[in-house]
Amino acid sequence: MNEDQVEALAEAAADRVEFDGFAAAREGEGYVLATEEGSETLVHESDLGEAAADYADYVTNWYFWHAGAPQAEDRWAFLRWLEDAGERPVPDRYDALAGDGVTTAWGQLRVTVTADADGRRRYALRHEDDAGAADAEVTDYDDPLDAREIAKHDDYDRYRPLKTAPTLRTGWRFPDLRPAALVRAVDFLYPASVANWHRERAGELDVSHWRETVERQSGIYGVVETWDRQEGYEHVNWVAEACCVDSQCLKRREWEYDAETDLDVDGGDGEFPCREPCSLVIAAARQWTKLEGEQPRTYEFELTPSEKEQVEDIIDAVAEGRTGDVREGDVYDGANRYRARFLRAKRFDDEGTLCGVPTDPDGDDDE
Amino acid sequence: MEALVIVAHGSHLNSESSTPTFAHADTIRATGAFDEVREGFWKEEPPFREVLRTVESDEVYVVPLFISEGYFTEQVIPRELRLAEWDPAQWDSDGTSATHTTLTPTDVDKRVHYCGPVGTHDAMSDVVVQRAESVTGDPDVGEGFGLAVVGHGTERNENSAKAIEYHAERIAAMDRFDEVRPLFMDEDPEVDDVTDYFESEDVVVVPLFIADGYHTQEDIPEDMGLTDDYRTGWETPAEVDGHRIWYSGAVGTEPLMADVVLERAADAGADVEAAIDRVRAETTGADVAGH
Ligand code: SF4
Repeated sequence: MNEDQVEALAEAAADRVEFDGFAAAREGEGYVLATEEGSETLVHESDLGEAAADYADYVTNWYFWHAGAPQAEDRWAFLRWLEDAGERPVPDRYDALAGDGVTTAWGQLRVTVTADADGRRRYALRHEDDAGAADAEVTDYDDPLDAREIAKHDDYDRYRPLKTAPTLRTGWRFPDLRPAALVRAVDFLYPASVANWHRERAGELDVSHWRETVERQSGIYGVVETWDRQEGYEHVNWVAEACCVDSQCLKRREWEYDAETDLDVDGGDGEFPCREPCSLVIAAARQWTKLEGEQPRTYEFELTPSEKEQVEDIIDAVAEGRTGDVREGDVYDGANRYRARFLRAKRFDDEGTLCGVPTDPDGDDDE
Repeated sequence: MEALVIVAHGSHLNSESSTPTFAHADTIRATGAFDEVREGFWKEEPPFREVLRTVESDEVYVVPLFISEGYFTEQVIPRELRLAEWDPAQWDSDGTSATHTTLTPTDVDKRVHYCGPVGTHDAMSDVVVQRAESVTGDPDVGEGFGLAVVGHGTERNENSAKAIEYHAERIAAMDRFDEVRPLFMDEDPEVDDVTDYFESEDVVVVPLFIADGYHTQEDIPEDMGLTDDYRTGWETPAEVDGHRIWYSGAVGTEPLMADVVLERAADAGADVEAAIDRVRAETTGADVAGH
């Protein structure tokens, strides 16, 4: 605790301070300081500094949340949540903050907050998979703007168009961020996640469901609306299952088919919500709208039972993003490259057509 | 508090699409002219729909990092930002003269100063010239040089051609280059025939695009004959039919673009004169995207 903090307390106590289990008020020539644990002290104004020292954690806590933390409601609430401030009493919280800190998960992020003797918070931000990484294994950053570059590519250097895909790269760390900088870094890694999370907690999340979102589209995306022409919403279940489940996106899907019709697919367990189908889902839906306009046909293929299962293995491996993990020598896995090449050599004709069965038997073209 | 929000197209496929947006935002951040600067995207995050809630300020200047007025600036952006009272007539534009208007979004308690796109601001002509200086490495480039300003034609958007012609005319009026011509990708005069349209041996070709991508890095270089295969790259300048073509890549990567963003906000009432002076002084150097 420092002098500025005592001075600020003296000033604020004139209008009474009440915060996180601590109260301070002007009384006659002095002040009353009290905590929810039952301690109460009456001091003359000249002794406030000494008396406040007995309540140092409470005072620095009050000071930080009123003069140190960003005051915008959503940012403030997020930082409070990170140290469980609403729930955890000051003495217990301060024990943790002074030691290893309080650690919380946010998507794939791991945020650890610590406090110094003046109650100043510092935040360490890293990938959850780097929790146990040695200092030498991670690159340190201090400018939140660098988070944009970190968010751009995954560990295999592939571009990440969806920032909340669970593919955030590892090997980096922001070891020591101030409160406002921490929120900015988080907002670059998971844009708008804090704002929407806060709105949801306040009961004000403005969800736009599938139906209204596709109705809003124009230009080349206007066509997606026509996909809904048939009764039912099974196709939207498929979209949500393809794109929005936790293995694909860390946001918790809160949008449904429309306000009356929930989808059958679980929205996930993410900490922060998704309030409407994102641009990636809309772009994919445009393609599906075109493809799903086709009528099914009956084809006859000849495959051995193992070949049929292999086709299923391959589709499953692609859908789960597992193809890179299939070992070169693992010829027991249907999605193994040699196995796939063998199947192609055996079952495709020179035009690359499965079992020589034309895609369009009535057309002039196999396409 | 005052915020600047730069809105741009972004991409699901091209990781470089957002690079100029971030670079210009950072240049402006460094001036401290706004309390906050944030980027919002059509195809990336935060999306237009949610960018306004990421800033704390109650006065927000929104500047579209787009080349022309049309579908995006008149329909998509205002709709997605929930500027319910928007009407294109508020810009009172002939296709290249949009200014700004002040609106209240329906989802956040803020005042939004919605500005015209960077591409049709007069200051954009200076960026094209600056681009020519950058690519030739000559701060006095002009005499003995032709300059081509390249864009999409009218096929995609009538105003897209207007913006190209507008800047070509303005630069011609500067009397700096021997010849200045607008060229297009999908109509005459076509960029494929660039050498037919110039007498000057040296021709600087500046595509009026925000970011480098398929058009500026694959299509146009191959169409002009700078290279048979964009993947092998090309010389700058490249010899084509007895001309030397100085191809600059997207104008949007020129650092001076940050100045146009500021000019747009200034026209809408932001007090950023000092920042404009600083950015103008600072951004006459290297290319932000490293091309
Ligand atoms: S629409 Fe689905 S994929 Fe897109 S952000 Fe929301 S939950 Fe994630």
